[in-house]
Amino acid sequence: MSQGALQQAHEDVHKTQPWNNPDTVPFIRFENVTKKFGDFYAVDDVSLDIYRHELFALLGGSGCGKTTLLRMLAGFEEPTSGKIFIDGVDMAGVPPYERPTNMMFQSYALFPHMSVEQNVAFGLHQDGLPKSEIRTLVSDMLALVQMSKFATRKPHQLSGGQRQRVALARSLVKNPKVLLLDEPLGALDKKLREQTQFELVNIQEKVGTTFVMVTHDQEEAMTMASRISVMNDGVIKQTGTPFELYEYPNSRFTANFVGQVNLIEGVLVDDDEKYAIIRSDDADCDIYIDHAVQGHQGMTFWIAIRPERVRLITEKPEDTKYNCLSGKVEEIGYLGGLSTYHVRLDSGIRIKVTEPNSTRQIEPRYTWDDRVWATWESGAASVLSQ
Amino acid sequence: MSGKRSTFLLTMLVFGFAFLYVPILLVIIYSFNEGKLVTVWSGFSFKWYVSLFSNDGMIDAAWNSLRIGVMSATLALAIGTPAGLVMSRFGRFKSRTLFSGMVAAPLVMPEVITGLSLLLLFVTLEQLVGWPAGRGVTTIVIAHTTFCAAYVAVVVQSRLTGMDTSVEEAAMDLGAKPAKIFFVITLPMILPALMAGWLLSFTLSLDDLVIASFVAGPGSTTLPMKVFSSVRLGVSPEINALATLIILAVTILILISSLLILRSEKMRSRTIDPATIDD
Repeated sequence: MSQGALQQAHEDVHKTQPWNNPDTVPFIRFENVTKKFGDFYAVDDVSLDIYRHELFALLGGSGCGKTTLLRMLAGFEEPTSGKIFIDGVDMAGVPPYERPTNMMFQSYALFPHMSVEQNVAFGLHQDGLPKSEIRTLVSDMLALVQMSKFATRKPHQLSGGQRQRVALARSLVKNPKVLLLDEPLGALDKKLREQTQFELVNIQEKVGTTFVMVTHDQEEAMTMASRISVMNDGVIKQTGTPFELYEYPNSRFTANFVGQVNLIEGVLVDDDEKYAIIRSDDADCDIYIDHAVQGHQGMTFWIAIRPERVRLITEKPEDTKYNCLSGKVEEIGYLGGLSTYHVRLDSGIRIKVTEPNSTRQIEPRYTWDDRVWATWESGAASVLSQ
Repeated sequence: MSGKRSTFLLTMLVFGFAFLYVPILLVIIYSFNEGKLVTVWSGFSFKWYVSLFSNDGMIDAAWNSLRIGVMSATLALAIGTPAGLVMSRFGRFKSRTLFSGMVAAPLVMPEVITGLSLLLLFVTLEQLVGWPAGRGVTTIVIAHTTFCAAYVAVVVQSRLTGMDTSVEEAAMDLGAKPAKIFFVITLPMILPALMAGWLLSFTLSLDDLVIASFVAGPGSTTLPMKVFSSVRLGVSPEINALATLIILAVTILILISSLLILRSEKMRSRTIDPATIDD
């Protein structure tokens, strides 16, 4: 690769991944933000940078502080301490009606006594735009979300999916610097949700607005977001692209929350520049890791292996020294495209394995109580210290 | 077996309705009685209606009652709505329990005590600041407003508590200031509750005898006071005619409001034409 091409590649990365470019100024910045309700820390010392044009997701279970973080961005809550900047401006004391943000509410919060058109036009009226301009903007926006046909309907005459579109149009029409979405697809049924995920991403790409969304659905976050912050107990556990979170979780919490994982607790017994070996009471073999591990011998680690990275074999392999756990098939879940197996290891713990059914079989590959050996590539597992 | 049960239920139904409505029916029938005796039927006639409308005292009292009803219901709405708003929207504040307790107190206060205490207040005020000068329509309106406002506050509070607060937040998020949100979003949404509160206040004011008797003065006799005093001198068939008219008016009002409610319910539950749903 020539010097110029390398340079070009670097620039491309910086354009599509502004978080990897130290020169990019973050568009939204949380600086040590804490929010207390009474004695309860809803958000505990969170610092976070979000960049322009991102579709950023705050992911976590209920009560993890993600919605509070979003509401502080919108101005409905003031931080107990810490600062929030949007486009370089300190948001302290700026009321919601003066912030460059618009929010799409989980309940959609459409005005029940107004038609679709009036709902969308409401924000523009507050800005005192001329009537003709409002009319154009509203009809353009309704066209974008494919709701032009329903402009004169009242919210109670619309289906759930249609209401969702109106709510999106209403919050987008003011062309905010940041669009906040609180569980945008939470009220839709599964099929519609999957379809709408891609629509929402397409709309975001079309308008280029920075989106910050809150969701408890990891699949939704993975599908839609450029980056995700995984939150728990008011703290951000990890921030990264969907790929980074899934492949390189930094904690058991993230590994568990994003996708499924088998966790095996063990102790570091051998440690080198090129490899590490971990011994566990729960495994009848040593676990070989193909890279160095940050830590000293005797330290406790957790091995995290994704169910689809584990291979099952029915004949005892010749070499069972490393990464080879024997057990019995205990549960089988045949899902058509893939099967999940629960394997009870001889050591007593249970691991989960998924295998794609990529070829047509005459009969199922394994049956209950089959003796199997579970193996994996030495690079497939993550080593977690917390 | 089910036949037996339905016979039983039907009997109960008839009995219940009879218990409630036979007295009213009797009043209506006897209002068309020709004779002067209230309880002896002696022929059909409209004469008591004619005599009712030429009874100036009765007409004046009815006019007083209507005026007082409209004024106190409107004032109660103006005072009760903010109180209901505070109770449901201000979250927790110091002495909140005390506040809502005091707002609701007139609902359970014996009318005699409310009437007496207001009378004392008006007399004291007159001596101190000269207002309200004497007792009359003004004092009755003030008295009725005090207890009607409590009803309005409770009705408005329950409506607001059932309302999604994110609708108001959405309006604020879209650039509307709090005062504007109240008039453009909150008020239209609680309009049914306000109408109900107003009608309830109007009815309560129209109905009240005890409190009005305490704080009324010369020339401000209300309809219940007039009826009560004339009944004390012996029941005149005119009262039957008056009662029949009131029943008619109430029936019409209830019919209208039920129709309005029915129509809004229908609008809400109207099914969407499936052909037009695109998802």
